[in-house]
Amino acid sequence: MSLIRRFEERLKWLVETGVPVGAVHYYTGQEAVAAGVCAALEPQDWMASTHRGHGHCIAKGVEVARMMAELFGKATGTNHGKGGSMHITDINKRVLGVNPIVGAGVAHAVGAGLSAKVRGANEVVVTFFGDGAGAIGTLHEALNMASIWQLPVIFVCENNGYAQATPVEYALCSPDVAERAPAYHMPGLTVDGQDVIAVWCAADEAVRRARSGGGPSLIECKTYRYYGHHQGDETLRYRTADEEQAARERDCLERFRQQMQAGGPLTLAQLDEIDARNDRLLDEAVEFAEASPLPDPGELYTDVYVGDSRPARA
Amino acid sequence: MTGTRELNFGQAINEALRQEMRDDPSVIVLGEDVAGAAGRAHLGLIDAWGGPLRATRGLIKEFGPERVIDTPICEMGFVGAAVGAAMTGLRPVVEIMFVDLIGVCYDQLVNQAAKMHYMMGGEVELPLVIRTAYGTRGDKRSYGGGAAAQHSQTLYATLAHVPGLKVVVPSTAYNAKGLTTSAIRDNGPVLVMEHKFLGLSAKGPVPEDAYTVPIGRCEVVRRGEDVTLVGIGRMTHVCLEASEMLAQEEIEAEVVDVLTLNPLDEATILESVQRTHRLVVVDEDNPTASMGRDIAARAADQAFEYLDAPIKTVNAPETPVPFAAVLEAHYTPRAEHVVAAVREQIGVAA
Repeated sequence: MSLIRRFEERLKWLVETGVPVGAVHYYTGQEAVAAGVCAALEPQDWMASTHRGHGHCIAKGVEVARMMAELFGKATGTNHGKGGSMHITDINKRVLGVNPIVGAGVAHAVGAGLSAKVRGANEVVVTFFGDGAGAIGTLHEALNMASIWQLPVIFVCENNGYAQATPVEYALCSPDVAERAPAYHMPGLTVDGQDVIAVWCAADEAVRRARSGGGPSLIECKTYRYYGHHQGDETLRYRTADEEQAARERDCLERFRQQMQAGGPLTLAQLDEIDARNDRLLDEAVEFAEASPLPDPGELYTDVYVGDSRPARA
Repeated sequence: MTGTRELNFGQAINEALRQEMRDDPSVIVLGEDVAGAAGRAHLGLIDAWGGPLRATRGLIKEFGPERVIDTPICEMGFVGAAVGAAMTGLRPVVEIMFVDLIGVCYDQLVNQAAKMHYMMGGEVELPLVIRTAYGTRGDKRSYGGGAAAQHSQTLYATLAHVPGLKVVVPSTAYNAKGLTTSAIRDNGPVLVMEHKFLGLSAKGPVPEDAYTVPIGRCEVVRRGEDVTLVGIGRMTHVCLEASEMLAQEEIEAEVVDVLTLNPLDEATILESVQRTHRLVVVDEDNPTASMGRDIAARAADQAFEYLDAPIKTVNAPETPVPFAAVLEAHYTPRAEHVVAAVREQIGVAA
């Protein structure tokens, strides 16, 4: 959570000082969801993200230096400068991609779950989606397929209340996405997305169920994005300052400090130390991104088609 | 096995799928009714359908429902699932029953499958095959025609347009098996366009052993020196029919079967045009922004000085596909249209 928050705050500062990082969708405010869910995963498990995906990638272990380099459009980036914020991926970390087509990733997750089942692999799949995706047909298709085939997929709705500037209570006939779970014959759970421990508990149970052949689950995390849909979006054109203030009072990082203070395994000094280490990581990430070379113009033409075919077997 | 025997187009594709599935356990087949009667094995009901060309019939008996997967009707969902499966270690072969249905899953083809490798800086491979039936019957016999405007289109130009998607259009049982095999072995997304008419009628010699026909190459299927006729899919047969009619007028046509729309083998087409000095491109698609006109434009751009006459394109008209057999037959390009185009180029009165 600390690293995600610091990554996004650093990025916001870079954007505001004029560094061209393309279109970005800050994850700030929602950190507990990515951190809580991904903490329940093993390295071999897959994750399909959304357009607001920096937090998911960091929580799944993607290096922040390579992410930052990607945002700077550098050859050393996760996608070698061909993806940017909306396509960050690290297949070695089993990230199926940040994906700015709303609802696309949930279908990929179903395929990854099918793949795990066909290959007999001990892998589960998490797919994040927003309340905005609650309106798109692919989500229905994915939930249905995951259920009829009993696939090891955990559907995590990050309900932050807004699809761009459209409030969830307007766009969805029920703003409670987890209510749909019984219709798909899968467990559904609504959790406070600002409470990382609650999110982790829900995810851990769903992951265990999926890993043991118990099929898919739907978890809805009620959360809030502190900033606009993307950089420069003026949130007060569609929501109130009071609402924003109330959400910030439920800040997930602050909440975690209180939980630790009330008897958790980490001291405040240790939390401060983690924050300081993450600040250094981001200093290094920005330095790495700045110092990295731009892609060679010839790279425009590479990787359009996948190179080699699988060799014929004897 | 080294023999050759006669198979139809659908059987040839079936054999390619079967052999590749035997060869590689990561190859799976999925789509609507690729087997049929899913979940009814306990009633003794299995393998009820096998796709529109019956190209997947019988596969479930050999490979089981784990690898021959009937999907619900949800093209966006299951093509997306195939993308996810291809990123995570499988080689899915998806059937979209008719190409007309790509409207339902265009995002997964155009934004996801096509671009994944590029967007991810080459870090991800996507060994995905999309098989789909297209085209009109184009004559007055009953079966396969009369499917009207939403089940008879070509639409391959809209797919060939997208960088990252390879699009192949087999024309015979032989190249249907070889191109399907190549598509399955390719590590990127390949669309295989299967003409409905050919699927049920085209028969020819097919080797029993697995073999490939390379993606990205045209094939010269008839030699001639007076004009180059370029055909796509079923239109290659129309070109061959036209070439026989032209031969009776002592006009020798060379016929080039395009076989792969993207990446297009320009060299073979241009080389032919440089020898014959005339080009007619025959395409079952609607004309605007079609492959036929694209090929014509490339020849105009790169072989203009070799041309003795303006390039002609023979396309379907700028209309939806009609229902009535008489209208559908009128819609579909025929050999007479090709002959007329050549006569016009050569300056022979009809």
